[in-house]
Amino acid sequence: MDRLRSDLTAIAVLAALAAAPFVGFGEGYVLTLLARAMILAMAAVALSLLVGGAGLVSMGHAAMLGFGAYAVVILDAARIVDAAIVLPVAVLAAAGFALLTGAIAIRTSGVHFIMITLAFGQMAFFTASSLAGYGGDDGYTLYARSEVAGTRLLEDRLTFHFVCVAALAATWLLCRMLLESRFGRVLRASKGNPLRAQALGFDPYPYRLVAYVIAGGIGGASGFLFANATEFVAPAYFSWQRSGELLFMVILGGLAGLHGALIGALGFVLLEEWLSHQWEHWRIVFGVLLILAVLYLPNGLSGIPGQVAGALRKGDRRG
Amino acid sequence: MTTQLLLIQGLNGLQLGILLFLIAAGLTLVFGVMDFINLAHGVQYMIGAYLAAWIAAATGSFWVALVLALPLALALGLLLEFLVFRHLYDRDHLQQVLATFGVILVVNQGVKWLFGAAPLQVPTPELLTGGIRLMEGLLYPTYRIAIIAGGLAVAGLLWWLVERTKVGMLVRAGATNAPMVAALGVDIRRLFMIVFGFGAMLAGFAGVLAAPILSVEPGMGDNLLILAFVVIVIGGIGSVRGAFLAALLVGLVETLGRSLMPDLMRLFLSASDARQVGAALASMLVYIAMAAILAFRPAGLFPVRTS
Repeated sequence: MDRLRSDLTAIAVLAALAAAPFVGFGEGYVLTLLARAMILAMAAVALSLLVGGAGLVSMGHAAMLGFGAYAVVILDAARIVDAAIVLPVAVLAAAGFALLTGAIAIRTSGVHFIMITLAFGQMAFFTASSLAGYGGDDGYTLYARSEVAGTRLLEDRLTFHFVCVAALAATWLLCRMLLESRFGRVLRASKGNPLRAQALGFDPYPYRLVAYVIAGGIGGASGFLFANATEFVAPAYFSWQRSGELLFMVILGGLAGLHGALIGALGFVLLEEWLSHQWEHWRIVFGVLLILAVLYLPNGLSGIPGQVAGALRKGDRRG
Repeated sequence: MTTQLLLIQGLNGLQLGILLFLIAAGLTLVFGVMDFINLAHGVQYMIGAYLAAWIAAATGSFWVALVLALPLALALGLLLEFLVFRHLYDRDHLQQVLATFGVILVVNQGVKWLFGAAPLQVPTPELLTGGIRLMEGLLYPTYRIAIIAGGLAVAGLLWWLVERTKVGMLVRAGATNAPMVAALGVDIRRLFMIVFGFGAMLAGFAGVLAAPILSVEPGMGDNLLILAFVVIVIGGIGSVRGAFLAALLVGLVETLGRSLMPDLMRLFLSASDARQVGAALASMLVYIAMAAILAFRPAGLFPVRTS
């Protein structure tokens, strides 16, 4: 039942995103905003697989996006712009980084895992900052978006919108299938009770590492789209604060299912956008809202209906 | 020339290490005793620096600023504890990370609102201007020496407090096993508040000390906070001794790495490549050290918890 509700919510959100350009949200800046939200949602869904599925709270997920984006930059500087080459390189670069760092990080747990992923994220950040050939701290402006089969397909706003919708849908489907598979069951079992999972003969380490690498690869793909969406890449986009934001999207949405990360990411980006038009110092309000969300929405935005229903039931019993 | 450079960079590293220790000491105690991850601890450092800049500009005296900034930093720290942190002690680490991340957003933007985004300058106190001749042709700024001396004095005071007083004993006991201390009849919430307030004040002190040599700007605590986390993870969570040694280690590695790494790389690479690769490696050095230490000693160099 819960799974069905989670699936239906996710499908409804994806359908709404696909329909958005046809129901009055087709303007240029709205599409740009939605593309940004969807690309970050991809990374958030992958992170949700780690946090909700495997119990791995990564504070360095932005680095995966960074690897994907910088793969685009480095190939762009070498005049290699075919998406059939750039996208796989972006995914493999991020997955490779995830494999190397995950192999060490997953040996630790709890707070130490948070800190060590943060440290690896910082390493990636400083590496990007010191790439003087690619703009260093100032960032790098792409010559053009990646080409698909020799055509400038991604330049068209509407096409790019649907590419993002498709990528997000594919990400959600992949992570959902992973979580439901035998692989996902072992992951969840080792999160719930590592000792019992080990007693059943499952060493959690390889499962966690594979999940970490997959999430890294997805992060690389969203980094590829991010670079193509903004046509400008700077290290600041992939700082530890961005990792914190991604984690926030996941928790804001709720960990009960992958649909939470979708809702959280869209809600986060849209709220940020709306607030930033209201007041110059909107981050004060934003920060306060985030703190309140942590304190009073233990199951996130997607848990609100359940929370309301629970409160009503309690009221009934009292009355 | 090289020995002079080495000496200057060594002293700079020591000074960064001292500042890091003042931040990390509070962080490690709060973390060790309360099992509470406070990402917003760097904010206390920034608050200290801004208070110093504000009071120094208003009164024209760094010393007045130093004296007034400490209790004010303490009060603001306790206010944050009362408003936000207190409600997070029983939550899991993830929620603590996120809520304190929210606090960073609020306070960073708050100082931008009140003081503007441009960096503020704090003049070095007159008594400590100029330099001290350490050896032939080597003049080192007096103020930086004063930071090292002041920081070491505070470290000594902290050592005495933690190792030789009753409250310190309770703090150490709390870092090892907080529920047991509570079960023995100690008001653990009050102990938490003392530890928290003290940590906030130490970080504020670091901010005041740093104000004349660094630019006072919004977000100045963020990067130092990450380094402070590296320090407490390397040193072992909850261990003040570990934090002290790890802070000096991180300060020296960070500073010496930045000045020596490009030269070292020149042995293998061309000059321009060496500068790039060296700079990248230097900024990664502390994180590599942390990853290596965690891979072999997951609880840090001086673990406190026995369980």
